[in-house]
Amino acid sequence: MDFFHVLVVLLESTIRVSVPLIFAALAGLFTERAGIFDIGLEGKMLGAAFAAGAVAAVTQSVWMGLLAAILISIALSLVHGYASITQRGNQIVSGVAINFIVAGSTVILGEAWFRQGGRTPALGEGARFQTITFPYADSIREIPILGPIYSDLLSGHFILTYVAFAMVPISWWILYRTRFGLRLRAVGENPGAVDTAGISVIWMRYRAVICCGILCGFAGAYLSLAMTAGFVKGMTAGKGYIALAALIFAKWRPFNIMLACLLFGFLDALAIRLQGNPLPLIGQVPVQLMQALPYILTVILLAGFIGKAIPPKAGGVPYVKER
Amino acid sequence: MDNIAIELRGIDKSFGPVHANKNINLKVRKGTIHGIIGENGAGKSTLMSILYGFYQADSGEILVDGKAVSIRDPNAAIAAGIGMVHQHFMLVENFTVLENIMLGAEDSQILNKGIAKARVELKRLEREYALEVDPDAVIEELPVGLQQRVEILKALYRRADILILDEPTGVLTPAEADHLFRVLEQLKSQGKTVILITHKLREIMAITDEVSVMRRGEMVATRTTAETSVEELAELMVGRRVLLRVEKGEARPGEVKLAVEGLTVKDGRGVTMVDNVSFNLKAGEIVGIAGVAGNGQSELLEAISGIRRAVSGSVHLNGKPIEVTGRADPSDLRNRGLAHVPEDRHHVGLVLKFEECENAILGYHHDKRYLNGVFLNVDAIRKDAEKRIAEYDIRPPNPRLKTANFSGGNQQKIVLAREMERGPDVLIIGQPTRGVDVGAIEFIHRRIIEMRDQGMAVLLVSVELDEIRALSDRILVMFAGRVVGERGPDATEGELGLLMAGVEGRKEAAE
Repeated sequence: MDFFHVLVVLLESTIRVSVPLIFAALAGLFTERAGIFDIGLEGKMLGAAFAAGAVAAVTQSVWMGLLAAILISIALSLVHGYASITQRGNQIVSGVAINFIVAGSTVILGEAWFRQGGRTPALGEGARFQTITFPYADSIREIPILGPIYSDLLSGHFILTYVAFAMVPISWWILYRTRFGLRLRAVGENPGAVDTAGISVIWMRYRAVICCGILCGFAGAYLSLAMTAGFVKGMTAGKGYIALAALIFAKWRPFNIMLACLLFGFLDALAIRLQGNPLPLIGQVPVQLMQALPYILTVILLAGFIGKAIPPKAGGVPYVKER
Repeated sequence: MDNIAIELRGIDKSFGPVHANKNINLKVRKGTIHGIIGENGAGKSTLMSILYGFYQADSGEILVDGKAVSIRDPNAAIAAGIGMVHQHFMLVENFTVLENIMLGAEDSQILNKGIAKARVELKRLEREYALEVDPDAVIEELPVGLQQRVEILKALYRRADILILDEPTGVLTPAEADHLFRVLEQLKSQGKTVILITHKLREIMAITDEVSVMRRGEMVATRTTAETSVEELAELMVGRRVLLRVEKGEARPGEVKLAVEGLTVKDGRGVTMVDNVSFNLKAGEIVGIAGVAGNGQSELLEAISGIRRAVSGSVHLNGKPIEVTGRADPSDLRNRGLAHVPEDRHHVGLVLKFEECENAILGYHHDKRYLNGVFLNVDAIRKDAEKRIAEYDIRPPNPRLKTANFSGGNQQKIVLAREMERGPDVLIIGQPTRGVDVGAIEFIHRRIIEMRDQGMAVLLVSVELDEIRALSDRILVMFAGRVVGERGPDATEGELGLLMAGVEGRKEAAE
C-alpha cells in the first residue's frame, strides 16, 4: 500500500465520520447565534437516530425514517426552547436533561418494541440509504491521482453526505444574506435591539430552535440509516459534544465549522486507522489517547492558538424586559 | 386642540407593590421640544416605555394627533410615528450602521434589495438633518456620540414624527451634547416633536419649550420653560427647597498623602488605558479628575486601590510605596489608610443580596470590634450599622433589610458611610452620585467637603462635569489615558470641555 492510497482511504473515512458532526454543529450554529446555548445536540441526535431506525424498520421506508428523525428532533428542540425561552430556565440544565432523557428512553423503548437489547432491527436495502456512484467512477479509477480522488473521494457517498456539505454554504447564505438571518444574529447579540425594532424575540428564538431540530434530525438519520443499518444504543457516542467543540473552535462561522468538523473527523479516522498499528518512532499508542485527541486539541487550541472565541453576546441569557 | 401631538390621559402602572405611574396626564404640543424631568425612580422612563409600547399601562389612554391609539408593542408605536432613543443604546454592536438601521424594517426576505434601498434613504436623511455617519462602519468601533446618532437615524428611518430621547447626554462630552442639541433644534424646525427625558436641569433650561416635572410616580407640574427657573424646577422635583450650589471654604492643603508617578496601566487586550500619569494629592484638598467615561479614569482608580495591576510607575501612600505593579493588596491598603468608594457600587462596592449591616462592614470584617473569637459579633455589627444609618440618614432605617431593596442614593450612602467613618488619610471616590437623586446628592457633597475640612485627601473621579467643578480644589482632565491639563476650580466649562474632547491648548470656546 503506497502512501497516496492510504491517504485517500483516510480522507474518505474522514468525510464519512465528519457528516454527522457538520449537521450537528450547523444545528448548534442556528441556536447559539440566536442566543441559546445548546448542549443538547447529543440528545437530539440520538433521539433522531432512534426514531429513524425504528420507523424505517417498521415502514421499510428510508424516507419515513428520515422524516421521523426530523420530527422527533424538532420536538426535543421545542422542549429545550420551552424551558429556556418561554420559562427562562437554565439552558445548560435543560440541554443536559434532554441528553439524559433521550439516552435512557431510547433504550427502554427500543427494548419494549423490538426486544433486541435496545437495538432496532437491522435494516434491509430499501430501508436505508444507499451510496451514490458517480458516472464513469469505475472506469477512470485507474488514472493516477485524479482517478482515485474522483472515484473514491468524491463518488460513492450517501445522499446525506452531499446534503451536509451543501448545508454549509446554505447556512451561511441564510445567516448573512436573508432578513431571517439578520434578525437571528441580532437576537443573539442584543435582543433588546430586536424587541425595540418591533420584532418578537420569543418567536425568533423558537424559529432558530426549529432550524436546529431539522439539522439534528439529519445528523441522527445519517447515523442509523446511512453509516450503519439500524439504531444501536448510545450510538452518538459523544458526537454532539464534539460538534459543540467544533462550533466553538470555528468561532460560530459556517465555513470554519466545516473545516473544524473535517479536522475532528480526520483525527477520528486516524484513531481508527491506527488501532493496533504502531506509530513510527513512538510505537504503540493507546487507542483511548487517539479518541481523546479532538478534545485535547480543542482545549489546547482554544487556550491560545486561535485567539479568543467570542460567543454571541446574549448567549445563555433568557430575554427579560427591564425589571 | 389640533396642535397636540401626544396626549396621555390617566396613565397608571404598577410593578407589583411599586406604583410607578399614578394617574398621569400629559399634553405635548406638536413641533416643540418637551422636557420631562424628575429624580431617578420618579417614573419618567416607565412612562415613556408605556408610550413606546414596551410596557402596557394598567389603565389610561394614549392619544396621538387627537386619536386614541392602542400601543401594545413597539410595532404599534412605530406605526403611530413614535421613535425612541434609549438610554442604553439598542444597537447590535458587531453589526454595521446600515444593518442596525435596517433591522426590523428590511422590506424583503432577501437582504440585497433592502440594503440598496436603505443606503439611498440613509443618504437622504443624512442630508436633510446633517447627521453624517459611515453606513458601513461597525457600531462597536464608533464613539458613543455617533452611536447615538445611529439611534436617531433608526427612528427617522422608520418615519418617526415624535422622537423620545431617554437621558441622551449621560454618555456624551459637552461638545457632543451641544451638537445633539443642535440636531434636536433642527428636527424641531422640520416639524418633528421631541420629548427629552433628563434629570439635568441645565439641559431643560437650555433647549426645551415646555417642561413637565415628575415626582414619585406623579406628574406634579407642567411649565413653560421661559417662565420658570432652575430653583423652581428643583423644588418641584424634590418636593422641598434644595441647595444647588455646594458651599465650601478655601482649601488648606497640607503634606502630600498620595504621590502618583508615571503610572501606566493596560487592559486585558493590552491597550494602554492609563498613560504615564503623575500627580500629587495633599491632605485637606479635593482633586477632581474630569473626563468622558472610558478615558482611563476607571483604570486609574483601580490601579491605585490595588484592584488592577499597573504596568509601570509608582504610587506612594503616606510616603511609603504601594506595589502597584506587583501584588498590592486592597485590604492592606485599607489598613494603611486608603479608603475606596468604587465607581460601580453594584459590582464592586456591595453584595446586593446581603443585609445592610453585612455590607456596612464588608472588607472591615476582620476588625476586632466585630469579632467574637473566630465568630462575627452580630450584635456589635448591628449596633454599629444603626449608628451609621442615623448619621447618614439611610432610609429605610433597617440594618436587616436586603441591600438590593435600598434606592441607589441610599446604597451609595451605605458605601460612603463604610469607607468614610474609619477616618482614612486618603479617600478615593468614583462617581459618588451616579444614579443618586438630587436630595441625596446634596448630602453626599456636603459630607465630602466635611471630610476634606477634617484633613482628608480626596481623589474624586466623576463624569459629571458640574460635580467636578463644584467640589474640586484642583481639576485634572484625562483624555485617552493621559492627564491633558490641570485647572483651578474656577475653570470654565468650555475650557474643560475642550480638554475633555482632546483639543489641547488654551483655546477658549467661541464666546
